[in-house]
Amino acid sequence: MLNQISVFLENKPGTLQGMTKVLADHGIDIRALSLAETKDFGIARLIVDDPFSAAGVLKDADYVASMTQVLAFEIPDTPGGLSKLLAYFSETGVNVEYMYSSLGKDATQAYMIFRVHHTEKSEGALKAKGLKAVDDPSVL
Amino acid sequence: MERYFQQDLECMSREKLVKLQNEKLVKQVWHVWSNVPYYKKKMEEAGVTPDDIKSSEDLKKLPFMSKDDLRNTYPDGLLAVPKKDVVRIHSTSGTTGKRVVGYYTQNDIDMWDECCARAITAAGGTEEDVVQVSYGYGLFTGGLGLHGGSHKAGCMTIPMSSGSTDRQIMFIMDLKASILCCTPSYAAYLAERMNEMGYGPDDIPLKAGIFGAEAWSEEMRRDIEKNLGIKAFDIYGLTELSGPGVAYECSAQEGMHINEDHFLAEIVDPDTLEPLPPGSQGELVFTSLDREAFPLLRYRTKDICRLIPEPCSCGRTHLRMEKPKGRSDDMLIIRGVNVFPSQIETVLINHGYAANYQIIVDRVNNTDTFEVKVEMTPEIFTDNIGEVEAKQKELTDGLKSMLGIKAKVTLVAPKTIARSEGKAVRVIDNRKI
Repeated sequence: MLNQISVFLENKPGTLQGMTKVLADHGIDIRALSLAETKDFGIARLIVDDPFSAAGVLKDADYVASMTQVLAFEIPDTPGGLSKLLAYFSETGVNVEYMYSSLGKDATQAYMIFRVHHTEKSEGALKAKGLKAVDDPSVL
Repeated sequence: MERYFQQDLECMSREKLVKLQNEKLVKQVWHVWSNVPYYKKKMEEAGVTPDDIKSSEDLKKLPFMSKDDLRNTYPDGLLAVPKKDVVRIHSTSGTTGKRVVGYYTQNDIDMWDECCARAITAAGGTEEDVVQVSYGYGLFTGGLGLHGGSHKAGCMTIPMSSGSTDRQIMFIMDLKASILCCTPSYAAYLAERMNEMGYGPDDIPLKAGIFGAEAWSEEMRRDIEKNLGIKAFDIYGLTELSGPGVAYECSAQEGMHINEDHFLAEIVDPDTLEPLPPGSQGELVFTSLDREAFPLLRYRTKDICRLIPEPCSCGRTHLRMEKPKGRSDDMLIIRGVNVFPSQIETVLINHGYAANYQIIVDRVNNTDTFEVKVEMTPEIFTDNIGEVEAKQKELTDGLKSMLGIKAKVTLVAPKTIARSEGKAVRVIDNRKI
């Protein structure tokens, strides 16, 4: 399991830059990022090298941020890699709320990040199928 | 069967009541003239002396008092008795500027407690009842006011104060509280929590609630009544005049009876300050009739409402006031509907937002646009966009049901709506009419 940081952003120029600058100023490295948006606002979801520091510095800079546990899996960066992984989700009845990806440091791997209901239970079910979730953000 | 705490006073004939008011008024004016140099000077400037005031007909000769006068005389410039006679003070929350400090002698406290006891009795309270006072205790008048009233009415009083919701619920259930006193928004929250915990209206021992100190709608009343299985009574008051209990609702639930043997009410035009004929809507002005430590003559409440001249079915002869719609200085008319920022504030608080917001009104193609900007809070925020949007919609619906018109709700980043030290800029009206 990884700790994901979600940040509330207004949907207008400069807000994403402002948030990333806070992280940059504190030497926090973003390993993966996804954005969900509506007309008025967006939610940035981040995997960073030090989520607890990130949550602290964002709060100090008056951002509303929350921490959520997500599941991350390593897959080979080849055709069918994701499909194979998701087959395990189907078998265990784990529903994906949203997901995004991060390319691995060497070009042969990719990392898929999943937000699911009942994170711990789902992780357990997938683990029973022989899948091992990433629990160190520096792997990404 | 309607019950009264002081039937002889609450149901006395109008004729006798007016006579009593006039006697008290003459005394009160002399008391102020002799002991409050600030107001004496105002009277002198207006060319009035206590000899000019013989009855309530002469009230209009007296100068007004406003919150500014109270601030100018902070902390004790309006105190009308020696400090040794004062037994307590209370103070306003100070959200709109300097705090206002009100002083009380023992007689003032007794009068106030009796006013609250009338409210509790009108809500059905007897010696058999258990009253849970969940207003904040302290400088705020809500807690100690209803507390004193509950003692006078002979009820078993639970001095809960606010907060610790689970403990509040435990005492309601275990001690079989029958009357709850708190703000309407807290009552709604308690109802929601109790329903979540599986307590339905039939399990909850409460039979009545006395709710005040903030604006609330008729819809909110019906919701609270349904969810707690109670009858909900409105109560009105101001720290400047004593606290809650200046006016209270009876079983008819059609306006609040003003305790007219202690407080004289007028309705004036908020712009011209001219008294308006009976039944008109305007600014509510109060004159205390028997306060010792902190008497106030013609105090402008800034509350806009109507006095109901018709007699009430409950048997009380004291005039009723309608629930104030809000403050005279901040009413907006949007698409023909009166909107008070206080109503919006109530909805925000009920939905878990901070009471920091901005209203933006404009006119596009001859139609008013109405936007409410609200700051995102950690309590509302989740990583799930659908959930956040659902909360945004709940707020939109809540505003619609309170105001009767639809507002566009925009969620903005924290601390982006300016907070000011004085009165916050709540309304931006860009309409060019």
